[in-house]
Amino acid sequence: MTLCEFSGNFTYGFPVPRIPFPRTRRGRLLTAGVVVVILAAAGAIWATSGRGPTPVASQDAVLDVPAAPGSPDQVRLDTTLYLPARTPAPALLLPHGFGADKTSVTSEAQELARRGFVVLTWSARGFGHSTGQIGLNDPNLEVADASRLIDFLAKRPEVRLDGPNDPRVGVVGASYGGALALLLAGQDKRVDAISPEITYNDLAQGLVPNAASATAPAATTPAVGAFAADGVFKRSWAGILFSAGASSGSGSGGLGTEAPEPGQQTDDSAQSGGGGGGAAAAPQGDSAPRQLPSTGSVCGRFTAEICQAYTELATTGRVTPATVALLRRLSPASVTNRISVPTLLVQGEADTLFGLDQSDATARQITAAGGKVQQIWYAGGHDGGGPGPQLRAKIGDWLWFHLTGEGADPVTGFAYDVQGSLRASGAPSVRILNAPDYPGVGGAATERKALALQGQSQTVVNPPGGVPAAVSGIPGLNGLAGSSRVSGLFGIDPPGESARFTTAPVDSQLLVSGSSTVRLRVAGTTPDAVLFVKLYDVSPDGTRALPGNAVAPIRVPLAGGAAEVTVTLAGIVRPIESGHALQVVVATTDQAYSTPISPAAYQISVDGGLSVPVIPGRAVGGGWPLGNLLAIIGVLVAALVVAVITAIRRRRAHRADPALATVPLVIEGLSKAYPGGVTAVRDLSFRVEPGQVLGLLGPNGAGKTTTLRMMMGLITPTAGQIRVFGHEIHPGAPVLSRIGSFVEGSGFLPHLSGELNLRLYWDATGRPAERAHFTEALEIAGLGSAVHRKVRTYSQGMRQRLAIAQAMLGLPELLVLDEPTNGLDPPQIHQMREVLQRYAATGRTVVVSSHLLAEVEQTCTHVVVMHRGQLVASGEVGDLAAAGGEATFRVDDTEAAATALRAVGGVSEVDIEGDLVHADLDGLPRADAVAALVRAGIKVEQAGPRRRLEDAFLRLVGEESK
Amino acid sequence: MSGNGVHTDPAALDELTEAARHERTEVGADGAVAGYQASRTLRLGVELRRQLRRRRTQLVLGFVVLLPFILVFAFEVGQSGSNRRSGGFVDLATASAPNFVVLALFVAGGFLLPTIVALFFGDTIASEASWSSLKYLLAIPVPRHRVLRQKAIASGLLSILALVLLPVVSLVVGLLWYGAGDAISPTGDAIPFGQSLLVIAVSTVFVVIQLAWVAALALLLSVSTDAPLGAVGGTVLVAILSQILDQITALGGLRDYLPTHYSTAWIDLIANDIDWTNIAAGVLSSIVYATVFVLLAARRFATKDITS
Repeated sequence: MTLCEFSGNFTYGFPVPRIPFPRTRRGRLLTAGVVVVILAAAGAIWATSGRGPTPVASQDAVLDVPAAPGSPDQVRLDTTLYLPARTPAPALLLPHGFGADKTSVTSEAQELARRGFVVLTWSARGFGHSTGQIGLNDPNLEVADASRLIDFLAKRPEVRLDGPNDPRVGVVGASYGGALALLLAGQDKRVDAISPEITYNDLAQGLVPNAASATAPAATTPAVGAFAADGVFKRSWAGILFSAGASSGSGSGGLGTEAPEPGQQTDDSAQSGGGGGGAAAAPQGDSAPRQLPSTGSVCGRFTAEICQAYTELATTGRVTPATVALLRRLSPASVTNRISVPTLLVQGEADTLFGLDQSDATARQITAAGGKVQQIWYAGGHDGGGPGPQLRAKIGDWLWFHLTGEGADPVTGFAYDVQGSLRASGAPSVRILNAPDYPGVGGAATERKALALQGQSQTVVNPPGGVPAAVSGIPGLNGLAGSSRVSGLFGIDPPGESARFTTAPVDSQLLVSGSSTVRLRVAGTTPDAVLFVKLYDVSPDGTRALPGNAVAPIRVPLAGGAAEVTVTLAGIVRPIESGHALQVVVATTDQAYSTPISPAAYQISVDGGLSVPVIPGRAVGGGWPLGNLLAIIGVLVAALVVAVITAIRRRRAHRADPALATVPLVIEGLSKAYPGGVTAVRDLSFRVEPGQVLGLLGPNGAGKTTTLRMMMGLITPTAGQIRVFGHEIHPGAPVLSRIGSFVEGSGFLPHLSGELNLRLYWDATGRPAERAHFTEALEIAGLGSAVHRKVRTYSQGMRQRLAIAQAMLGLPELLVLDEPTNGLDPPQIHQMREVLQRYAATGRTVVVSSHLLAEVEQTCTHVVVMHRGQLVASGEVGDLAAAGGEATFRVDDTEAAATALRAVGGVSEVDIEGDLVHADLDGLPRADAVAALVRAGIKVEQAGPRRRLEDAFLRLVGEESK
Repeated sequence: MSGNGVHTDPAALDELTEAARHERTEVGADGAVAGYQASRTLRLGVELRRQLRRRRTQLVLGFVVLLPFILVFAFEVGQSGSNRRSGGFVDLATASAPNFVVLALFVAGGFLLPTIVALFFGDTIASEASWSSLKYLLAIPVPRHRVLRQKAIASGLLSILALVLLPVVSLVVGLLWYGAGDAISPTGDAIPFGQSLLVIAVSTVFVVIQLAWVAALALLLSVSTDAPLGAVGGTVLVAILSQILDQITALGGLRDYLPTHYSTAWIDLIANDIDWTNIAAGVLSSIVYATVFVLLAARRFATKDITS
């Protein structure tokens, strides 16, 4: 493959890409404009990409609050107040998650301050730099602390007040902080709006859940939980939380990741960091190494009451009524009947710690007491990550609306995210569905679909020691796999430990949204049975996925050896594609839970089918990337507009001079200056008439080729104009079709034969084939059979002849040839002269350039002599070369010779040049003139016709060689 | 050797002058010779004939046809559990014909396809300049915007031919070796064979659109240099640089503005529930780059002095 073909007079081909630098002023302006636009766009992108957000003013303060109600002791709370640009403004309390401190919510606080709120964050007692002990949102401890913080806010001038010591304040927080929001709203009437995220209703059900009840719960809401007593200990999560509080060091922070959102792009860099509640760093060994640690040190910063309850729970795996009572006192469930402020519950669909049943219960309880609740489910949670930027913005807007009354409520109805299939690039796709109301609370009861379950009664075994245990996920780390959808594939059910009941494949997509229920019949010999009920999505090829890694643990008392219970499965949102089936799996073990170690066998069967909740909703946004589509259309339209405008501008007024319609070539004031100061052609003017063979004569570098290129419209002159048959030449001027040309290099496609090259060239002109005169042109080239060979095999002379033949295709009226005889041998040169002269004799015009005087003299009728881009002489060759009566004499005494010649009758225009005397003899034979000179006693060395052309040319060449 | 058979027969000269004497040139109002119309110059068929006869074109198309066979051969030689239904794209390649096509597009998408497109487009103007034939085309005259347009269309057709040949041949090869099964995605989604054909078609269209920026950049470099190798190589270098930068996660969101960032977004199509976000972003990104480069190329070529 030849990419670079060097041929002919290859002056400019420099095989290095040149950077296009605009040469004209307009070009530079345009380039500058483009650069400015690109820089502006880059700047805008930089600004919006969140790298340079406006700084937010903040003030750190340590506040002293009573260690307990009425106690003289003080607890020091480490706080930071973030101030918005405009004050006074409504305030927000922003508590952090469990195991973290106030620094974990810094970016969220800044975001809300930018939204316009005064934001107060603090490290809860027992966390970060705050002192005191962790009371798990004890109404007398943490919740009372928050009330003192409201007092603090009421004193700040930046905070808008509702009344004396009553600031306009909302509470927004996730998990531990979300529970505080609910508890504070129930306890302190100064709170005006709350938005608790991924938090619990009843901590006892969060840590020791039981999803089985003898009687079916009223399933009016989609994610109603059984919330039965005496549950199964969720030891993995509980352990993670306990260690986060027990270690004295600061925890690793709240939710490390963000949940996926509609339209979100893959960003693998954001997929780092821990999962949910914050697995803490290893306890720091700050105790004295030689001393045995006391058992009290396991409690870390927990209060003794909490520590004792946890220890009991973790060691026995059973919950005592006292612990239930304690946890209940610490739970929002104890105050939900007193919450009347606007409440936005945000709950995660990927949350094995606090599932959808928790917010469902909170919503039911607040509504029952007459409060107003709105709810959002999003594709995250303790496993799936915190709310993404879109949801955070929505929560901010909601708080702004409820604290200021400005605008409209951004949360209408009930919105829930549907996490679709995982995109191959890693991130899952998410779409948001909007329902008019949260079913069972605002409107009608939840719609439920009944699916028949197939499966006989099956025996399952709890192995001694409870191992190997089924794996349903890794608490807090489920999000690490990038998506809970993938981690759902990791579920393992050891053989013999699970019973399976499967539905028929669904024929159209079934969107499970909430807690399905199933009625089970369990028989066994133990006093009670601990079982784990899971709902799998089974694809047609048998792959099973556990949506949300969700497990419903049940403890069924087997009073008479058997029992029937209704199990409310964990709440999920999951599209079951057509062809897929649902499978209810009842397992005896689960790694994340505390299971009995004594062996047991159970007989499991289903009674009836599976009742699946669905929430009909309308998709909002997210489905189609409308913005991008509009932008694509916009760009295409803009490009079209530019193309149309240039096309219109291209159709410039056609400038023709009818008076010159028969004149093949007129050049007026032509100049070409290249950037860098090189002027190739300067103020050149000449005219060519039909039938002439004009020679453009000049040494190399005289500007001949540049002139010819300007005649072909290849180079734009800097000044002056060229008219061919009256029409001005510009790139692509139609009159160029009347010119046949050969300039510097033959220009053939090396992989084609000579003949095919000529035929394709003519085809490219689009003119009728019969006008080409192929045969005649090819015969002029005279290549014989070589014309069928590939051009790359040709000698330079052959290419040259073929190129001249190509120029003659269509018998153009003006033939422009640059150094046509270069590379030809003498007989060929002779033939070429004849071709050109006879071609001109047909009334057509030929312009040839040459640096050889003899060449021009023998070929041309007219000549233009150029040097350094300027015209030196022009006229008929005969006139210039041997002007009719003019003669030149080389003599010894020029003065005397001139006088003698003037004395001869009829002789005129005598002048002296060096040792030469020129004179117009006007018909007088040169011999007579010589005789007259000799008679006057002058010695004549040489006498001949005056050769002005040669003079001029030699003078030039002489100058050149100096 | 110069004289050998290479000479003009005097009779030929007589014929020529005879023809010239009898033929009167008719002229149109715009000064053009009768029969010349700017819109008929350098028609697509002519340009394609000029290009298709090039060994380069034939080699590229031949290689694209050969590639699926090479891949099959590689899978046959390295015998690892055939018809697997889980794992990455390479593991899934032998699961079915559609999966084989996906693999072929995937492995070719990073380097081969941009190179092919760069080769066809980088060559357009620069190779004519290097053969010195550009000036004769312009002196016909083919208007400059038309030269650029016709050559771009011809290169576009050749590029599309190559980009379509790859999945089509891969599909045929895949059908012969691995059968018409479901397309399996690494996430376990199974797409029925019929639907997967549609997915492959849409993917191919996306790949074609996504490579538009490569084409436009190559065109811009092609009008800026007389060395075809410079234009092709420069374009490929930019594509590689963009891919390298895309690997640097520290750049974060800035990587979204790299032209190759969305080059594999078509993989999103292999899902039951297609997310069009990245695909639309990829199309937008490519079209914006392509438009800017094409406009710059057109402007540069329209005002350039042709000195080759």
